[in-house]
Amino acid sequence: MTHLKRSLGIGLWFMFLTLPLMVVRVNTVSSEVEWRWANLVWAGLCAFAIAWLWQFSIERRAAKRAQVAADAHPQKRKPTLAQRLADDPVLNRRVLLGVGLLAMAFPWLVSSGQNFYHVNVMVSALIFVVLGLGLNITVGLAGLLDLGYIAFFAVGAYTYALLSKNFDLGFWTCLPLGGVMGMLFGIVLGFPILRLRGDYLAIVTLGFASITKIVLENWDTVFGGAAGIANIPRPDLFGIELDGRQKAIYTYYIVLALVALTIVVTNRLKNSRVGRAWMALREDEIASVAMGVDMAQTKLSAYALGAFWAGLVGVVFAAHNSFINPDSFTFMDSAMILAMVVLGGMGSILGVIIASLALKLMPEYLRAFAEYRMLVFGAVMVLMMIFRPQGLINDMRRKYEYDTADKEDTDGGK
Amino acid sequence: MAASNERKKLLEVSGLTMDFGGLRAIDNVGLDIFEGEIVALIGPNGAGKTTFFNCVTGIYEPTQGDVKIHPPGGATRRINGMKPNRITALGMARTFQNIRLFPAMTVLENVMIGRHCRTHTGIVRAILGGAATAREEKESVDKSYQLLKKVGLAEVADEFSRNLSYGAQRRLEIARALATDPFLLLLDEPAAGMNPQETHELDALITRIRDEEKVAILLIEHDMKLVMNISDRIYVMEYGKEIAQGTPQQIKENPKVIEAYLGEEAHA
Ligand SMILES: Nc1ncnc2c1ncn2[C@@H]1O[C@H](COP(=O)(O)OP(=O)(O)OP(=O)(O)O)[C@@H](O)[C@H]1O
Ligand SMILES: [Mg+2]
Repeated sequence: MTHLKRSLGIGLWFMFLTLPLMVVRVNTVSSEVEWRWANLVWAGLCAFAIAWLWQFSIERRAAKRAQVAADAHPQKRKPTLAQRLADDPVLNRRVLLGVGLLAMAFPWLVSSGQNFYHVNVMVSALIFVVLGLGLNITVGLAGLLDLGYIAFFAVGAYTYALLSKNFDLGFWTCLPLGGVMGMLFGIVLGFPILRLRGDYLAIVTLGFASITKIVLENWDTVFGGAAGIANIPRPDLFGIELDGRQKAIYTYYIVLALVALTIVVTNRLKNSRVGRAWMALREDEIASVAMGVDMAQTKLSAYALGAFWAGLVGVVFAAHNSFINPDSFTFMDSAMILAMVVLGGMGSILGVIIASLALKLMPEYLRAFAEYRMLVFGAVMVLMMIFRPQGLINDMRRKYEYDTADKEDTDGGK
Repeated sequence: MAASNERKKLLEVSGLTMDFGGLRAIDNVGLDIFEGEIVALIGPNGAGKTTFFNCVTGIYEPTQGDVKIHPPGGATRRINGMKPNRITALGMARTFQNIRLFPAMTVLENVMIGRHCRTHTGIVRAILGGAATAREEKESVDKSYQLLKKVGLAEVADEFSRNLSYGAQRRLEIARALATDPFLLLLDEPAAGMNPQETHELDALITRIRDEEKVAILLIEHDMKLVMNISDRIYVMEYGKEIAQGTPQQIKENPKVIEAYLGEEAHA
């Protein structure tokens, strides 16, 4: 009942608020004031319905929380879909195989003749998947807030652009070099910021990204300034001539392979001694140091490895676009990648992939609603923060296999 | 204390002083721990006990004084100002007064972090995998699981540590510290927040750890029954100064100690 009353109040309040905006209009042609009362009713009804839904879902969520808290046997709680997927190796393998086959077939399904728009869109999206997974190491696993991640992406892209322009080096030579350059920058930047945490770290990384962009923009003799660098060669395939569509598909497979590589590497690291140390550092710095984790080394490795992926995929980006300028590496992009990690669920590989694809593909296919894009984007963010603050996929527990047998007697010989 | 002198000394703290700006939190405190001992450090709130732990384990660098360790089968080292992770690797592990677990990691993973300084898999080997890495991982898992059994948490090994009860979290901290293979375990108020039944079990657990794992123990505790029950020796601090030391019997009868505690109650 209180819900109804409150919703009614909100509805009325909105009718009042939107009155000047939606009801009163001055017709500039006839210089008359129009009163559109129907709009008022609509505004009131919509606000009422949304408010009511809102309170309903908030209440349901609270009830659910209380139930979880009261649950005496946390293990018997129903596992989430993602958890069930992870716990069942057969199902896991089947789903993986299915997704893999679909990904392999994708470019042939959506492109024909000279129409390969969807392939190009997917290449851009997959580039951001790699970026998301890379930042996931730094932010999601190790908890080092990095607001300037795009700078390492720029390092990789410019590495390829400059090396191919000045030294005529090919794509495949530059690919690892881009990654290594990204990593070197990561280490160089990593050293001074090892002591920083949270907000301070965020500010320094933000500054680093700005400096990188300013240098790229102003040192035009080397980096081409604001005009950027054009005519960057596309990836080469043993010197075979490819037409536009084939090039796009070829690039698609290259990024797809990179995505797969990133997934495998991140997954292995996550479930290893190194990954556990990263997570421990994220959870509690003092406790992990007191348990023997070397903070400097662990942080630096997370930072450098995250930067490595950005540098690597930066090369692909430059090759795919064949033109780069500093405008491709703005703070908005850093924020976007960070949003992918946060929305996907800190540290969750699957979540980050889904979030990256969604955040990159949605705007592309929502071009029809271009005006409302940012509105939808903001609304999604706010709703996520309220209803799933831990991201799309969280609460994943890794189960280890252990001998439950007693080992009391062998234990003495540790 | 002739009996203890025949034993090997493990930790030797002398003249330890710690200033926070104008506040002298620890003033010229000395403390020794010998093999196989359970030593308690007691004192009213704010006496500087936790600060003492932090100085010994490298979280703080003491203003003055010496902290030396004599690891069994290792060389004597002065560890002032050494990084905490190095000190842990040398064989001293601790728990925290305000529980510091890794909440979003499972109970087993929490303990496995304790194995970190005893294992070696680096980034490259973690990525490439291989038999040696798999073996090391399995050893970590098994060892951690055995420790969970020891503290009675084996059933909840796959649960998030944040879902454990208070008492269970304290025991998990002990298991995690033990996973680092220490020769000296420092427990900061392990019984805080436990009910009498749990405290009683903790009492047995601490003694068992000392006997089975051959680990000496230094504990801070306010529960006098527990302290008097299990400690071989007791140090008492008040306002950063060491005001007494001795066996539980001696401490019980020490007029200074009685005054410190009664005085606290009178003020409270
Ligand atoms: N980092 C710090 N900076 C400034 N003062 C500190 C710091 N840590 C501790 N102190 C001060 O040092 C004194 C000793 O604190 P400490 O936490 O060691 O007491 P304690 O004996 O552990 O008390 P309790 O029984 O309540 O845990 C207190 O006055 C405290 O305010
Ligand atoms: Mg304390």
